[in-house]
Amino acid sequence: MSVVADREALTLPEPVVRQPRKRWTRFILPVFTLGMITYLAFPVFVMILYSFNVLPDTGESERQTADFTCCTIAHWQDILKVQELNKALITSIEVAIPAALIATVLGTFLGLVLGRYSFRGRGGTNFIIFLAIAVPEIVLGSALLSMFVHTQNIVPLGIGTILLSHIAFSIAFVAITVRARVQGLDLTLENAAQDLFASPRVAFFKVTFPLILPGIVAGFLLAFVLSLDDFVITNFVNGTTNTFPTWVYGSVKLGVPPQVNVWGTVLFLVGVTTAGLQVLRARRSEIEA
Amino acid sequence: MGQTTADVPGLLPEGMELPPARQGERALARRRRAAAYGMLAPGGIYLILGFVVPLVIIVYTSLTSGGLFSSGGQLTFTWEWSNYQTAVQDYSQFYLRSILYAGIATTVCICLAYPMAYWIAFYGGKWKATLFMMILVPFFVSFVIRTVQWNFILGTNGLLLGPLKSLGVIPEDFRVLRTPLAVVAGITYNYMPFAALPLYVSLERVDRRLVEAAKDLYATKAMAFRKVVLPLTVPGIFAAIILTFVPATGDYVNASVLGGTGTTMIGQIIQEYFLAKHQYSIAAALSVILMVGMLIIALIYAKALGTEDSTLAAGAAA
Repeated sequence: MSVVADREALTLPEPVVRQPRKRWTRFILPVFTLGMITYLAFPVFVMILYSFNVLPDTGESERQTADFTCCTIAHWQDILKVQELNKALITSIEVAIPAALIATVLGTFLGLVLGRYSFRGRGGTNFIIFLAIAVPEIVLGSALLSMFVHTQNIVPLGIGTILLSHIAFSIAFVAITVRARVQGLDLTLENAAQDLFASPRVAFFKVTFPLILPGIVAGFLLAFVLSLDDFVITNFVNGTTNTFPTWVYGSVKLGVPPQVNVWGTVLFLVGVTTAGLQVLRARRSEIEA
Repeated sequence: MGQTTADVPGLLPEGMELPPARQGERALARRRRAAAYGMLAPGGIYLILGFVVPLVIIVYTSLTSGGLFSSGGQLTFTWEWSNYQTAVQDYSQFYLRSILYAGIATTVCICLAYPMAYWIAFYGGKWKATLFMMILVPFFVSFVIRTVQWNFILGTNGLLLGPLKSLGVIPEDFRVLRTPLAVVAGITYNYMPFAALPLYVSLERVDRRLVEAAKDLYATKAMAFRKVVLPLTVPGIFAAIILTFVPATGDYVNASVLGGTGTTMIGQIIQEYFLAKHQYSIAAALSVILMVGMLIIALIYAKALGTEDSTLAAGAAA
């Protein structure tokens, strides 16, 4: 791209006089950006706020209402009140941990191979990973269901099929994350280690592995979050088992109990803390380097 | 990840060439290749079983006839092309509506996300990473829960319309919920990070020296943007379009939580046929049509930019 040598720019008749940098227009973009950040965070504020909402006593089970009356911590105290919700949350965790672990192991190997080696089938493997991300979730969900109805005698629709599906879509994301990390790696480091009489194995575990570890950790966290948050694919393959998102979706028609907001807030805080720690650690290692 | 752009399919990426004049180089290469396949196998096989096989089965299902649960019968493979005929004849309006909603939402997403990503990437300074994190932070809350909150925000007397109505800014019978506007707004909101992420990554990568050079050559700020920054971020815009449009077209959560009877999207139809009506053959045909359409778009894109670069944006998330 020879943008620099743009002829139009070169043949300008006279230098353009720069405007003094005092115009009000320079505030447009920062204000707009802050507005956007507020807009994106708005539903989260609402969720947190409504976890403290005082609900009218109707005698029936509690459902979130549009009216907001400040404030009560009753829902936080009764965080475990809705049995089915607790069950759905436990299922979510029971799926997310093994799904993220297995996907991380399989995806790391894939990412490592794709990032380092040139081999027959590399293009094909990249294509399948691309497919995994490019195909709409609803298509994957329905395709997985079409497959699982044939294997119902082996794996009935439920936690098993949810786990198998989550591993499948997480692998691709872990592989990409690790691949990016491996490609950014200075391969001469490993050669240097071998020149210093390290066996390939030692060189890998002492040099390469520590360098790609942040990528692996990021891949694991990504897989965990994707699994915890997945609705569309889960909704197809879950049978009668509910995860947190499918339970919330199912409760929309009757009204969402306030405990959903409480748990949403809890998960949000855990997520933000984890991400914050990751960023801090990345920054620290940048300073060290 | 800096090397991916220079990656030419079929060639070794830079830095991966085997160093010359090393002892036993060939044997090592052979061993490495064996190791590569060994490491590739478990994940590769899983991906084939988890993606390729289901996609083949859904195509197969779309050509069968007979109900699976409804009549207690079996699906029989009969090259039932009429499933596709039914799908197109009865449901083309839902495909068109989905494409229209997703198209509007994608356009709005990019128009809103680009200036934001631009400002953060170019003027964020030391707050750059923090500001960008703040865009992604809301998405730690489950997709479904965020959509449900919009239900309360956009409700007839909800957080947004309630005060506006009591101030008399908008008429009393004005409503957003259950209208196309609500669905498009919900999609726009939910897919915003899919647009912001690749845009930010590509804006970040623009070499600032090029912009300075343009200014040294008497380009105005606007001209430097138009002639240097914008062309260099075209791949990012492309990635943003694909990453937003494809999932938005298949979305059914926004339409079913925020929409009404007149806003049904194709995702809802597919879901209903699979999960409520249990008519797998038609459902599969509907799904395959959507898949083929989206894959064509994705393949055009992959052809233009390469599959590695196109998946990069997703990797940059972590």
